[in-house]
Amino acid sequence: MSTEQEQTITPHVPVNDPSSEPVSGKTKVEGAQIGGLFEAISKGRPVESVVYPDGATEDAVLEIDDFNLWYGDAKALHNTTFAAAKGKVTALIGPSGCGKSTLLRSVNRMNDLIDSVRIEGQMRLNGDPVYGKSVDVIELRKRIGMVFQKPNPFPMSIFENVIYSLRIDGVRNKSTLEEICEQSLRGAGLWDEAKDRLKESALRLSGGQQQRLCIARAIAAEPEVLLLDEPCSALDPIATGRIEDLIEDLKGTYSILIVTHNMQQASRVSDNTAFMYLGRLVEYGPTEQIFLSPKLKETEDYVTGRFG
Amino acid sequence: MTLTAPVPTSQPEAPKQPGWRRRRQSSLTAHGEPMIWLTGGSLAVCLLMIFGLLGLVVYQGGRTFWPREIVRIERKDGGVLFGQVTNSSTYVPEGLALESMSEDSANVLRAAMGDAEDPSPIGRRQLRTENFDLTGTHYNWVDEPLIASEERPEWAMIVERLEKGRFYGEPVAFLVDDEVTAEGPDAAWQQFQDRHGEVRERFERYKTLEDKDLGRAYDKIEDARLELRGVEMRKGSSSAEYREEKAAYDATVAAAEAEAAVVQEKIDGLKAQNEVYALRMRTGDGMELDLALEQIVRAVPTNQLGFGDKVAVYKDRWLEFLLDDPRSANSEGGVWPAIFGTVIMTLIMSIMVVPLGVLAALYLREYAKQGILVSIVRIAVNNLAGVPSIVFGVFGLGFFCYIFGTSIDQLLFSERLPNPTYGKGGILWASLTLALLTLPVVIVATEEALAAVPNSMREGSYACGATKWQTIRRIVLPRAQPGIMTGAILAIARGAGEVAPLMLVGAVKLAPDLPIELSKFPYVFPERSFMHLGFHIFDVGFQSQNSEAAKPMVYTTTLLLIGIVVTLNMMAILIRARLRRRIQAAR
Repeated sequence: MSTEQEQTITPHVPVNDPSSEPVSGKTKVEGAQIGGLFEAISKGRPVESVVYPDGATEDAVLEIDDFNLWYGDAKALHNTTFAAAKGKVTALIGPSGCGKSTLLRSVNRMNDLIDSVRIEGQMRLNGDPVYGKSVDVIELRKRIGMVFQKPNPFPMSIFENVIYSLRIDGVRNKSTLEEICEQSLRGAGLWDEAKDRLKESALRLSGGQQQRLCIARAIAAEPEVLLLDEPCSALDPIATGRIEDLIEDLKGTYSILIVTHNMQQASRVSDNTAFMYLGRLVEYGPTEQIFLSPKLKETEDYVTGRFG
Repeated sequence: MTLTAPVPTSQPEAPKQPGWRRRRQSSLTAHGEPMIWLTGGSLAVCLLMIFGLLGLVVYQGGRTFWPREIVRIERKDGGVLFGQVTNSSTYVPEGLALESMSEDSANVLRAAMGDAEDPSPIGRRQLRTENFDLTGTHYNWVDEPLIASEERPEWAMIVERLEKGRFYGEPVAFLVDDEVTAEGPDAAWQQFQDRHGEVRERFERYKTLEDKDLGRAYDKIEDARLELRGVEMRKGSSSAEYREEKAAYDATVAAAEAEAAVVQEKIDGLKAQNEVYALRMRTGDGMELDLALEQIVRAVPTNQLGFGDKVAVYKDRWLEFLLDDPRSANSEGGVWPAIFGTVIMTLIMSIMVVPLGVLAALYLREYAKQGILVSIVRIAVNNLAGVPSIVFGVFGLGFFCYIFGTSIDQLLFSERLPNPTYGKGGILWASLTLALLTLPVVIVATEEALAAVPNSMREGSYACGATKWQTIRRIVLPRAQPGIMTGAILAIARGAGEVAPLMLVGAVKLAPDLPIELSKFPYVFPERSFMHLGFHIFDVGFQSQNSEAAKPMVYTTTLLLIGIVVTLNMMAILIRARLRRRIQAAR
């Protein structure tokens, strides 16, 4: 698509040279038209994110610095820059395909498993680089816990599931393993239900229990960051409520990055919220402000359900 | 030409009612009723064929050892048939069949058939008459109209001999040193029973002496000769070492020969003790014959046996079949070496093929970058499964036996040349050839099992900081294990029943020396030729001179082979079930 055509389609975007000058989202004060920024994004023009995290920068557990990612030729993340605060819950919201999960999976480098992925930019976990030749991916992943959309307990006993990360580290001491197992299951709020059936197969648990087991498995390694990729999307409302309570409990001890499609969930559990659209970070700030008085009209449209 | 009628398409069509396309009733095909019959019918045909096959094999194989009654039939032309009825049918004799018999007999048959225009079929019976060394036939047909008289001789006996097959006849006398010690069937049978046990025991004893003690003495000579040959090759025949070794060799040979002579003396003594006894038998047509008692493995007065006795004989014959070596050119006796060879070969094959195939499939599925090259490899592996098995036999002979085996011989067994040790067919090469043959099965099954492991499992493991290998070992392999076992089961089933390649790489007619011998160093002989049940069936039924006599054994051996393959499969299935229980949740 040529530049002239773009110009004719979006005459109201006040940008002379779209390829060089970044478009910034129009604040509500300016009374911009709906879709102005979105349209600019969909035309592939650079966009400046509106970032105003509340004290996140000084005590960041994860810093993402001008991060770009391609699946083959398709660019999935554009110049993403933000930081997640230590001990806080950071929610990533946005319509399907906006790159939330991709960003999350970039943190523990799960995208390395896909051959066609290419990245640019850097992330830092507590100051240590995530990308680079000197980074041992295996050791990095041990510092990051992850919970997936669908519960994926391993086909082994509940006990073995929880202590999986210790097993692969070669920990043999039985009392240590049992202690960690109890501690993690308690942390995930599953101890009372599972303590009598630790030797049973994890696949016998219900969906919600399985997901809490996955959280227990993730926190057993005492990760510096916990990544939750739509952890409740396969669960019923009651199980969802329990997971949300659990996230509330884990807050403070763990730094959590959660991807969710559920706006209420984001507003309930998170401290900071990042709104993404088509691979760009659009607005990032304290959850309360993002939901109640966002700086961008586009964000307000999305969180109120008028768009997306 | 003019069109008067309005063009219909130009008219705006009336809006269609919702559901206008629906019919009042769905068609029969839509309901799928014919498909139920088609699919169910196909299944029924399959089952019918499978059970027909199994039924035939079980029926024919199961009755081989049952001691059936012997009848004596006198024909109208004076001939006598003495044997067991094995088959009966009806037929219409054609011109040539009638012309080849005497005029009287032909007339009897013509009369029995009645109308020459529309002849009625006449019955005939097949008798197993044996006494092949005397008559040259194993079976005879007799037309029922030609039967003059039929009786069940009380003293008709089935005599199973070490050589020359069976003998059917009646006992006449018992002889010791050519002197008749008992006249008449009763007394002769009594004496036979008294003497037969000890004669057989002496026979077993000197067989053991021949196999073990005599064999050991000759092995010593052979070992010494090989050592001498080795020294000669290394140092030359004029060296001091050679002379020294030669002296040692001569001493060994002298000692071993002395040892052998002692053993031989013992053997000769036992043989001489046995040789004095003989049983005089009369055939159906009155010919008398002295059978050395030692040659008689089993004599059964079949017409006198009650049901319990018959069961005992039946059991005895099955045990002999399962545990003994073959005799009478494989048509009688047991198939123990073949059972052993089949099982050992299958086990070695499984031990080789399963790890190799699983590792190869792991690389293909888990490590290799999926692309054109991997696709080509995958297609090639799949095609390998369709290559005729004889091709693998040719490859095994050329590669394993001739290239690989000959190299081993030159490196390690040069003193035995020109006699090949590994440079010929053997159980190891046969197992490797079959491993190659079944490799595609294992690879394909394993690949499918690995592909069926959900990616979320792998991701979960990686996210916990597991390496690729840890993920494979702890998550992927356990999940895929039942599928891998399925592949192994298929491979075993295919390998155990395969015959064609074995003929080229080591299966032989007769190999009483088993590949594992616990009384002889180094106990395992992977270079030895072996017997195989599948090859045994082929050989006994279709390659031996008296294959007609061995036909009952074909069914019995087939039954046994099916039994062994099923047993091996069941073992693998049990192991798989246990793995499943251990690894996966019993939901």
